[in-house]
Amino acid sequence: MFVHDLSHGLVSSSYALAEAGGASAVHASEASGIAAVGWLMIALPLVGAALLLLGGRATDSWGPLLATALSWGSFVVGVAVVAQLLGAPAEERSLSVPLWDWIGVGDLSIAAGLLIDPLSMAFVMLITFVGSLIHVYSLGYMEHDPDKRRFFAYLNLFVASMLILVLADSYVLLFVGWEGVGLASYLLIGFWNWNPPYAAAANKAFIVNRIGDFGLIIGMGLMLTTFGALDFATVHGNAGQAAELTLTLIGLALLLGACGKSAQFPLQSWLGDAMAGPTPVSALIHAATMVTAGVYLVARSQAIYDLTPDARLAVAVVGTITLVYGAIVGCAKDDIKKALAASTMSQIGYMMLGVGLGPVGYTFAIFHLLTHGFFKAGMFLGAGSVMHAMKDTVDMRRFGALGRKIPITWLTFGAGWLAIIGFPLLSGWWSKDLIIEAAFVGEGWRPWVFGGAALIAAGITAFYMSRLFFMTFHGKARWEDDVHPHEAPLTMTVPMMILAVGSVALGAALWPTGIFESWMEPVFGHAVHHEPVIPVLAIQVAVFVLMLIGVGLAWKMYVADEVPVEAPRGNALTRAARKDLYQDEANDAFFVHPVTSLARTAIEADADVVHGALAGGTTAGVSGLASALRRAQNGFVRSYALTMLLGVVAILGAVWVMQ
Amino acid sequence: MADLFTAPEIDFVGLLPMLIVFVGGLVGCLVEGFAGRAQRYAVQVPLAVATLVLAFVALVVLAPDHQGITGAGTVALDGPAQLLQGLIVVLALLGMLVMAERLGGQQPDAFTQSGASAPGSAEEAYAGRLGATTTEVFPLTLLSVGGMMLFVSANDLLLLFIALEVLSLPLYILTGLARRRRLLSQEASLKYFLLGSFSSAFFLFGAVLLYGFAGSMRLDEIAAAISSTAGMDGLLVPGILLVAVGLLFKVGAVPFHAWTPDVYQGAPTPVTGFMAACTKVAAFGAMLRLFYVAVEGARLEWQPVVATVAALSMVVGAVLSVVQTDVKRILAYSSIAHAGFILTGLVSMDQAGISSTMFYLATYGFMTIPAFAIVALVRSSGTEATQIGQWSGLGRRAPWLSAGFTFLMLAFAGIPLTSGFTGKFAVFAAAISQGYAWLAVIGVLASAVTAYIYFALVVRMWLGDEAGDTQVAAPSLLTIFAIVAGVAVTLGLGIMPSPLLDLAQSTSVFLR
Repeated sequence: MFVHDLSHGLVSSSYALAEAGGASAVHASEASGIAAVGWLMIALPLVGAALLLLGGRATDSWGPLLATALSWGSFVVGVAVVAQLLGAPAEERSLSVPLWDWIGVGDLSIAAGLLIDPLSMAFVMLITFVGSLIHVYSLGYMEHDPDKRRFFAYLNLFVASMLILVLADSYVLLFVGWEGVGLASYLLIGFWNWNPPYAAAANKAFIVNRIGDFGLIIGMGLMLTTFGALDFATVHGNAGQAAELTLTLIGLALLLGACGKSAQFPLQSWLGDAMAGPTPVSALIHAATMVTAGVYLVARSQAIYDLTPDARLAVAVVGTITLVYGAIVGCAKDDIKKALAASTMSQIGYMMLGVGLGPVGYTFAIFHLLTHGFFKAGMFLGAGSVMHAMKDTVDMRRFGALGRKIPITWLTFGAGWLAIIGFPLLSGWWSKDLIIEAAFVGEGWRPWVFGGAALIAAGITAFYMSRLFFMTFHGKARWEDDVHPHEAPLTMTVPMMILAVGSVALGAALWPTGIFESWMEPVFGHAVHHEPVIPVLAIQVAVFVLMLIGVGLAWKMYVADEVPVEAPRGNALTRAARKDLYQDEANDAFFVHPVTSLARTAIEADADVVHGALAGGTTAGVSGLASALRRAQNGFVRSYALTMLLGVVAILGAVWVMQ
Repeated sequence: MADLFTAPEIDFVGLLPMLIVFVGGLVGCLVEGFAGRAQRYAVQVPLAVATLVLAFVALVVLAPDHQGITGAGTVALDGPAQLLQGLIVVLALLGMLVMAERLGGQQPDAFTQSGASAPGSAEEAYAGRLGATTTEVFPLTLLSVGGMMLFVSANDLLLLFIALEVLSLPLYILTGLARRRRLLSQEASLKYFLLGSFSSAFFLFGAVLLYGFAGSMRLDEIAAAISSTAGMDGLLVPGILLVAVGLLFKVGAVPFHAWTPDVYQGAPTPVTGFMAACTKVAAFGAMLRLFYVAVEGARLEWQPVVATVAALSMVVGAVLSVVQTDVKRILAYSSIAHAGFILTGLVSMDQAGISSTMFYLATYGFMTIPAFAIVALVRSSGTEATQIGQWSGLGRRAPWLSAGFTFLMLAFAGIPLTSGFTGKFAVFAAAISQGYAWLAVIGVLASAVTAYIYFALVVRMWLGDEAGDTQVAAPSLLTIFAIVAGVAVTLGLGIMPSPLLDLAQSTSVFLR
């Protein structure tokens, strides 16, 4: 931990150095104006994390406020950069900020630099705005936690890493941010690590993410051998000259990375457990920002996916499986946060499907990512407020009739609920319908499978989100005896209100006005609108009807009928869904058991070796070789000399024989 | 008769850095003779530090303008020589600071008060009562450093041999001066001396064969002879290989490594750090010059041998490190494995090979000295606690020290954002580009194996139960400075390796 913080601290100071020296290389579209100091966006929260972690207890009193202020500072710089981009002609909105020469070995030269373009800035806006709101919320939520300074340090560290991830101009620097958010996520999930299951959840997230990182590393290795470089400009510029098989492999490797970070099938198992972290963390990292990094990676690598239909199809398939999977799991969860986590998984599945559809879907996917960031973060914060009111209970079967007791939470959560189920004119309706419509574009089996799945899952979404909303806020009170619900303080409710406004209005503000489409156009090009296989109006009506059915069904089951406090046994599908469709069991059978038995063997071997009991049948592999070699190391100088002599004789003999 | 002998041109100004170190060492000897017992420490340490600082300044100021072959063709002052000389001086300075650590006592803590007495004898006890100090370690170290600086710039086999002895003899003595566990220390010293002499004999025999082949001891003339002479491989190839054996012994490459663990364990810990870092730089510098300047023309003969030695060193060093239970021996075997990694860069025989080798030497030196400095601080009932069991739970007792050591272990294992990663990356990249991908593969596997023992140690430090009587001595600013500097460089070269890589690249041209 100390090492990471220190290194981050140094990174930030070297940013400053690189800038002060002014010796950066000249690029064609080098940033000027405020964009030239775009590194400030990263540096501010990074400095905050370093100060809070190294400053120790001395920063306890003002540290959290400083962290919050720095996060807002980052947002302000972001806004200024966006304003500058808006002032420039559309084709000049891609700016590079060279920082320093990072690794130079022989012909390989890797420079660290930032890429400021509409795509990265859209993410910056989401990350810094939602991130800063969640800093504010945490001021209230973590108020009585003795370790809140550390918590805010990690939050700042997360924001900085996430900004490195989206602002990087090369896959290498992206990977630094990628690992940084992984680390911050690990630290925050396990923040209450005195609780062993929480620590285990942190480990699970960490390990599953390593599998994804493995894919990303392989992808980078392939790029390095194919293109000899890892910066976006070179890789994407030369993608056309590479063999299609290579591109497909790169695309699949990147997809594996995306699956790990974005909790997509088959690497989705960690997200539900990650809810062990404090709720603001779930809102920021596991709903709004980090889990969308995979979508960003695929969208950023569009030049590669454009040339490899197979890998792109794989992206769409993964997205489709996950969106259905998440929706089914969401129907059965009684833990409010886990139900929201399943819903996140499903919604990111929609985004993955969007980017997997190709040029028709990119803009829609990123748009859905933005709106989802608002309404899902808002609902997570609402869930935190509910937990605050209910003595940290998360079991929805113990909720009910909370609407009157905590009206602000009810209202803000309601806005998010209507948005996610796609209630007309709210944010989610604009963005999700676009993806569903795009999924129906194409020929052959694809539009029917992708579009059908997206359509039906929209109905299921309406059901499980309504189930969540009704079980929590409506029906009869099923509280435990000593619970007295009360509304949260303003530091918590104000961010919820702001996010609720976004849930309601962001879609209408950005889409029908054409703002978002034209903003993204320099990156994704002008999307040619294709006609879906069934008329758009029919799709919209179908989505609306399915939504009504879903909500109605939920009303019938969870408001009109009694909700049992103990979960009924349920049918086979329900039981499976409660257990994440046996994902953990499958992982156990295929990965954990083989690996743990291997590890157990290794531990036994280790125990034998380290404790000097080499007799115990562990003469295989390394330890066997070692014990054999160790016999030569007997401490007698005469045998050492003999070893040397034999070495000389062997060398001379071998050379003599070869000649 | 008049032109039978002309006095050679000697660029004394260019040689000044080495002269400063030698003179500093000699003055130190005089101080030993004339200064009172109580004042010696106070004089020797500043003298040694000033000498090294002065030598470094002289090197930086003079190096660019005083390149060339001088001293009748026996000394080459060129980019690699000057870069490595600078590296040796800086590493020696850090090593010297650790050696000067007194831990609150009156004399350097790691060294015995009476090196010549038998352990446990009345003389030893008398020296203790007298308050004797062993401050001669400082001039001895300076003389060794001078020999190392000469070693990397020697352009003549005879001078190379002399420099080898000048750097080695003080090391043999230093090895035997440990204050605690003196028998082990003296045994190590004797072993080092005997085996060192043995290897010197090989070196000398090889030099004779090369002289028989080329009619000259000078490296450039040997190179010329290789390209113009045919059919005398019987002298040339054994000559090259035997000379190489002498140098491979110094770096502890397999199968000439057997002394390394015993000597590293027995020597006073600060000396081990100094020896591990600086001797490696010197010996690899000499090896680079030998292979790239003198015998490049015969590379097809020796390259497979060096590649095999590299592979063996990596495998044996890595595998044996896994079964060690003593921290110093773990580091010793890791140094053997690292010798293999460096040879991987060296064997690639192009400019990237030179620069990556020099870069790796820097990274290794800066992580080794602080690692041994930390080892010297972990104590149990008055003596160093080097059993890994005694390090259990150290993280709770001394979090900062343990964090530093953990970081250094990550660097040894080659984890990104440490210099260990960038160094390995550089040498493996150089090897792959010259068709030695198989060596790089072995290297990666060996790093994975060694990573196991480093992580096992780290896990024990942070998660193990606290070992009963292990304490951490409170270091003075000298040691703290050395540790912090080493850790900072390790981190810096991990994040921003470019400046040093560029420097290594731009200085990687040998004068012939």
